[in-house]
Amino acid sequence: MRKLIQTFSHLFLPLSVMILLIIINLIKGADYFSISLVNGALYGNIPNILFGASELVILSIGMTLVTAASRGQDISIGESATITSAVFVMFVLQASEVTLFTIVIAFLLSCVVGLALGAFNGTLVSVFKVQPMVASLILFTGGRSIAFMIDGKLSPILANDISNQIGTVIPGVPIQTPIILTVVFIVLVAVLFKTTTLKLYVEAVGINPNAARLNGINPKKIIFLTFLIMGVCSAVAGFIAVNKAGRHDSVNLLKLIMMDAILAVAIGGNSLGGGKFSITGSIIGAYTIEMLNRTLLRLEIEPAMIKVFKAIFIIILMVVASPVVRVFAKKTLDRVRNWRSPSSQSAKLTTTNIPTRKEQ
Amino acid sequence: MLSETILEMKDICKSFPGVKALDGVGFKLRKGEIHALMGENGAGKSTLIKVITGVYEKDAGLITLQGEPIHFKAPEEAQNKGIGTVYQEIMLCPNLTVAENMFIGRSHNPVVNWKQMNEKAAKLLDSLGIPASPTQELSSCSLAVQQMIAIARAVDMDCKILILDEPTSSLDEDEVHKLFVLMRELKERGVGIIFITHFLEQVYEISDMITVLRNGKLVGEYETASLSQFELISKMLGNELEDISKLKKYEPIVSDSITPVFEARGLSSAAGVRPFNFTIQKGEVNGFAGLLGSGRSESARAIFAADKVTGGEVSMKGKRVKIKTPLHAIKQGIGYLPEDRKDDGIIADLSVRDNIILTLQVLKGFFKPFSLKQAQVFAEEYIKKLNIKTPTPNTPIKSLSGGNQQKVILARWLLTHPEYLILDEPTRGIDVGTKVEIQKLVINLAASGMSLTFISSEIDEMLRTCSRLIVMKDREIVAELKGTELTENDVMNVIAQGGKTRCVN
Repeated sequence: MRKLIQTFSHLFLPLSVMILLIIINLIKGADYFSISLVNGALYGNIPNILFGASELVILSIGMTLVTAASRGQDISIGESATITSAVFVMFVLQASEVTLFTIVIAFLLSCVVGLALGAFNGTLVSVFKVQPMVASLILFTGGRSIAFMIDGKLSPILANDISNQIGTVIPGVPIQTPIILTVVFIVLVAVLFKTTTLKLYVEAVGINPNAARLNGINPKKIIFLTFLIMGVCSAVAGFIAVNKAGRHDSVNLLKLIMMDAILAVAIGGNSLGGGKFSITGSIIGAYTIEMLNRTLLRLEIEPAMIKVFKAIFIIILMVVASPVVRVFAKKTLDRVRNWRSPSSQSAKLTTTNIPTRKEQ
Repeated sequence: MLSETILEMKDICKSFPGVKALDGVGFKLRKGEIHALMGENGAGKSTLIKVITGVYEKDAGLITLQGEPIHFKAPEEAQNKGIGTVYQEIMLCPNLTVAENMFIGRSHNPVVNWKQMNEKAAKLLDSLGIPASPTQELSSCSLAVQQMIAIARAVDMDCKILILDEPTSSLDEDEVHKLFVLMRELKERGVGIIFITHFLEQVYEISDMITVLRNGKLVGEYETASLSQFELISKMLGNELEDISKLKKYEPIVSDSITPVFEARGLSSAAGVRPFNFTIQKGEVNGFAGLLGSGRSESARAIFAADKVTGGEVSMKGKRVKIKTPLHAIKQGIGYLPEDRKDDGIIADLSVRDNIILTLQVLKGFFKPFSLKQAQVFAEEYIKKLNIKTPTPNTPIKSLSGGNQQKVILARWLLTHPEYLILDEPTRGIDVGTKVEIQKLVINLAASGMSLTFISSEIDEMLRTCSRLIVMKDREIVAELKGTELTENDVMNVIAQGGKTRCVN
């Protein structure tokens, strides 16, 4: 049990927020978890959250890595996704007949563009030592215009069956396609972490680049690599978003999503100053944000007011999770424990006396 | 010739949790005197300065300024009383003009009279002979001029006492000379100057008096003219033999005919060490001796390519190899325990386990991560071997004591089974028990065939472990000492004289 608590201690913040939101929703109506079958696919509050959060989850994975290694954030992810999806749409629209093969080639092409965009940001940050936020400000500013130039016209429409199925459901499969794609992506990321030393290297570079360098890790390469991964994440998120929408709206596609992605990283218990990170935390954080958005809708708050409530919620969340409050809570908890069992005071756990305790 | 005393400190004590930084220190500064404050790292120089300037509050003792007891609670108070300080790093704003830098934050008047300010600055710069224009941007001045402007800023505040904390460490010889001209000019005006530096030559060139501190205690105050370099060094380093077990030295069978494990010819690095030659045999322990700033760490870093290598050739076991990055060095079987444990050694937030396996993992490769189980086995093995005191291998390294952190870094390198291991100040800032353990380990490793370079500020430690000492001074090798009969005195003599051809056998 203790081991379980230890494993989940860094997930305390995102999980507790999620539970709080579920309670609020259950008070509003007990039918929160109900799921219905429409046209052979599952719908309901939970599937809607999973569906709606797909792009955010994928982007927050990349954001977590960039944050951890470079100690800064990439604010151009929405714009990168708009450019990659513009390339995707352009390739699909020029094909005389849209087959699965066309879609796959178009998707791979957009991934290559994503890599190029990541390489651009990554070079600025790792080689030229530009702060990540400043480096990505370039694409943030110009990205949507570039996408518009690739499009050639306002919001081209993706009117083919395959795109429609990617954006909604494949007949016969009860789960919406973006949810499946997200899960596949998460699994791929998990495999990447299992088969490489990426996590150790990224954390080492983020915590102490000098020491990492003296131990044979090239901090520049690692930071560059995280931006490449961010580029692929943008391409996949753009692919899902454009197929969901069915048209490519260069102006509004994934607009300002970097704010939510950064927030997801923070809610996931990760420091925005880099270093140790938890991808699981960020994923839960991303789903939590979507859940919060939908909870506010469900509480029938006026659409114009929703952002205010979201802001208030986030302020409370961040204050509660701040180190100041955390230390205070820990001290209070210790005091309560000591008061309940005075004898345990002598056996209080500190780093120095654990070995002696074992000897006894 | 002793003139009027302007600053006097008596029985100053200052403690930090677990350390007595200053213990009954006294200090006296006279009008128009350049007074060098000497001591190795941790001697208490910086603490003393910070007590004078009000950064720290003293625990006990008395400070009088021109006969008047003072008790500063904040640096501004000291400044208002005419105590100006210039630190090693230039604490000015490079993007502002010279005049702005000189007067920034000095007036409470929200309206600035630019014309008046520039005129005042021009006058001051002129009178001190500083070659800079008031309207020029600070970043366009050379480092020495920037340093002088920092001094001008301090002097202008009706300064009676000027504290210079290692002002010359980033200047070249020419620039140092210019700075000295300015210091002499101020001395003529009756300003008392406290001068801290690691360069002995500079102390003898400019100072009138020397006060030596060691381990937070006052060793004494001396006239520069009547204190030889040798005496100064022995006073700084101290001759007190620590009450630790006498270690038996391992004597390797070293003959010059065998190909050395590592050899460098004309090696130099961007950190400013002059091209040097260096060899080490299998099973040999040698060391770079010298004072701080003599280039002993820079040489070690050049071997490991920790700083950018700018020239020279290196070979491992007679074969020429390319070592341009730390990774090349690690792959050649060289390990390097850095001097600055906190900035270059530990990955603070990572666990003891991850810190131990880090370098071996890098050697193994990006696509071959250790399983958690394997990593745990490695970590537990070395925690036991080196007697590292940690609650679990999973504990973040930052919560360990300094000595145990150092052992973790040692474990990290031992795990890679290097042929040649460089230890740069492995015993600094750790408890005596761990110091002895590390020295024993060095001797045992050498006995098992590893070559080691051991660098320490404490000469007795090096005498106990090394069979050959390479003495450095002013970023250059000045002598090589061999033989079992070496004493601390011999070493200090060589450091002081810096004789090029001297060799004790």
